Amino acid sequence: MAALPELEPGTLPPEAAALRAEVRAFLAAADFEPRADCWLTGADPAFSRALGARGWLGMTLPARYGGHGRSPLERFVVVEELLAAGAPVGAHWIADRQIGPSLLHHGSEEQKRRFLPAIARGECFFAIGMSEPDAGSDLASVRTRAERDGDGWRLTGTKVWTSGAHLAHAICVLARSEPGSERHAGLTQFLVPLPADGVTVRPILSLSGDHHFNEVVLDGARVPDALVLGAPGNGWAQVTAELAYERSGPERVLSTFPLLRLAHERGALPAAALGRLAARLWALRQASLGVAAALDAGRTPAAEAALVKDLGTRFESEITAAVREHAGIEPDPGSPDPLARALAQAVVQAPGFTLRGGTSEILRGIVARGLGVR
Amino acid sequence: MDDLLAATADRIFAGGGDVWAALTAAGLTTVGVPEDAGGSGGTLEDAAAVLRTAGYRAAAVPLAETGWLAGRLLAEAGLPLPDGPLTAAAADDLARVPWARDARGIAVVNGDRLDYYERGRFDAAPGANLAGEPRDRVVLGPEPTASGPCTADLRTRGALARAVQLTGALRRALDLTVRYAGEREQFGRPLGRFQAVQQAVAELAGEAVVADVAVRAAVRAPDDPVAVAAAKANASRAAGTAAAIAHQVHGALGVTAEHPLHTVTLRLWSWREEYGSEHAWAAELGGRATAASPLWPFLIGA
Ligand SMILES: Cc1cc2nc3c(=O)[nH]c(=O)nc-3n(C[C@H](O)[C@H](O)[C@H](O)COP(=O)(O)OP(=O)(O)OC[C@H]3O[C@@H](n4cnc5c(N)ncnc54)[C@H](O)[C@@H]3O)c2cc1C
Repeated sequence: MAALPELEPGTLPPEAAALRAEVRAFLAAADFEPRADCWLTGADPAFSRALGARGWLGMTLPARYGGHGRSPLERFVVVEELLAAGAPVGAHWIADRQIGPSLLHHGSEEQKRRFLPAIARGECFFAIGMSEPDAGSDLASVRTRAERDGDGWRLTGTKVWTSGAHLAHAICVLARSEPGSERHAGLTQFLVPLPADGVTVRPILSLSGDHHFNEVVLDGARVPDALVLGAPGNGWAQVTAELAYERSGPERVLSTFPLLRLAHERGALPAAALGRLAARLWALRQASLGVAAALDAGRTPAAEAALVKDLGTRFESEITAAVREHAGIEPDPGSPDPLARALAQAVVQAPGFTLRGGTSEILRGIVARGLGVR
Repeated sequence: MDDLLAATADRIFAGGGDVWAALTAAGLTTVGVPEDAGGSGGTLEDAAAVLRTAGYRAAAVPLAETGWLAGRLLAEAGLPLPDGPLTAAAADDLARVPWARDARGIAVVNGDRLDYYERGRFDAAPGANLAGEPRDRVVLGPEPTASGPCTADLRTRGALARAVQLTGALRRALDLTVRYAGEREQFGRPLGRFQAVQQAVAELAGEAVVADVAVRAAVRAPDDPVAVAAAKANASRAAGTAAAIAHQVHGALGVTAEHPLHTVTLRLWSWREEYGSEHAWAAELGGRATAASPLWPFLIGA
């Protein structure tokens, strides 16, 4: 019988305190409207560049690629402060969180020199082209094809729900590069700079009328061999490794924290309700920190990351429920009251919390498999 | 160190016989009590490793009471550590003192003083929790055996001890459930092949793991009131979810006196209340959080 290994609490390094103070001072002086779900819907390229200038993007990348040689736990500190403040971090989020590490791991020297310094400056944003109309949870069923064309490839297919593709300087596309291959075999990741011939990015408006994700149509778009990420055919392994980074970060717990903060400032929550949320947040943060420490130690805690995302994203809507129960306000995106605006953001973005990055049902399946229940 | 302790303790609990004598012989009843005070030494994390194992095995012994509670209180008060099982109580709360009838003595927190009452200087009228563990009504005699200074809050310490025990019991509930889901067959296949069952087991695991990591973090910061409140609140919350899922998956067999699941779930349901339920600790934490400003630094303690 397999069992979940015990998740040890992560301990922040001593440098963390000074770093945290710097980030807080920066945030206190910055000009932005705090918002719920800021890492998906709060894009501000100028803010991203300002973070880059402070050395807070690409933190874990080595200095020779424009990074800052910091530990993942130091990045954890910066990221949780930005999220707790509801800062507009959406533009660079994907590039900083997963494309940077993935490029460092799998990229060619030329790719690293081309993209990593720009990512660390906040001047190169990325989108993820995994999902397709017929490939959602079952990602291995992607149909976008990559066909050989001289010293390169031609990509044909449609990606959907591509967050931030309209702001991105490049998209990382997962495509089937071996005709006739099935499931996990024969998949390859391609780096496609945007805009590009043969690539059309069209908005998909979300239910609230906002534009944060897109349809990306690839119509024979040409990609040279030099922009294949990692080894051809190794796409599945690379994508699944990325998902461990994608799943358990503080953004899977803190999406609605700005709402909680506003409700607390207003004294809108009775002690019992506030305490229930505070206790949960404290524990989930420890769990997220534990996964970060395990990743840092070179382990791949896939089941633990899945479990933290499942419980963390559920918690995000527990905040919303408590505010609804006690604050006596209605959600209103156009309200002069920031609490009503934050509540509106939290309510309309909520369905996405438990879908993006792997649905809760899929995550629980991963946990069950980790336990040997199958 | 704590892995080794846990393994030793586990062998003793699994071995049966006179568990208390074996624990005492192995020096496991006073782990976390300094050696110069008569204990076995070691850190609170070491003590937690033993206590978690006791929770896992649903061991009916006053381990938390003897070392974690009374032993540390006596050591801090500069009082000698008597041999034998001990317990602890607050002077104003003597209605359900754990294991009092079996204790060689009671360490009673009385404001900023610790009073130690040797057996014979108190009466214990039997009571019990759901799991049948003694929770006795104590009447103290006129004179303690000895007294010393005390700065500890017994409820906080007790809450952390029970939280540790809960995480052991949670893991056992998970293990029993995983095993049963693999063994029991219906409709021609093991229960674990049904996705509804898989999802339930994953939820149990989620609650157990989050509570566990929170409690481990609190054991490293036992004087941080936010940490302890959050740890007990999560462990107590997880107890209800885990017991419900474990029983649902076990079907009718799980609600019998014959099947071992009840030794775990009866403790989950008892321990989640003792030294404060998730509701009590949430209210306590919420009271502090309400007064704190801003909220975020208060919550993360940084
Ligand atoms: C806000 C948002 C942003 C996103 N951004 C991106 C992005 O930038 N790039 C990108 O590539 N993708 C992105 N996605 C897509 C996301 O990864 C998918 O939504 C997700 O993988 C689920 O796929 P689906 O939406 O097609 O749902 P489906 O897979 O069709 O699932 C629908 C429902 O069925 C359930 N289900 C499916 N299969 C199973 C199963 N085997 N067992 C039990 N239940 C099952 C699911 O859990 C879900 O409840 C984004 C999604 C959202 C909501």
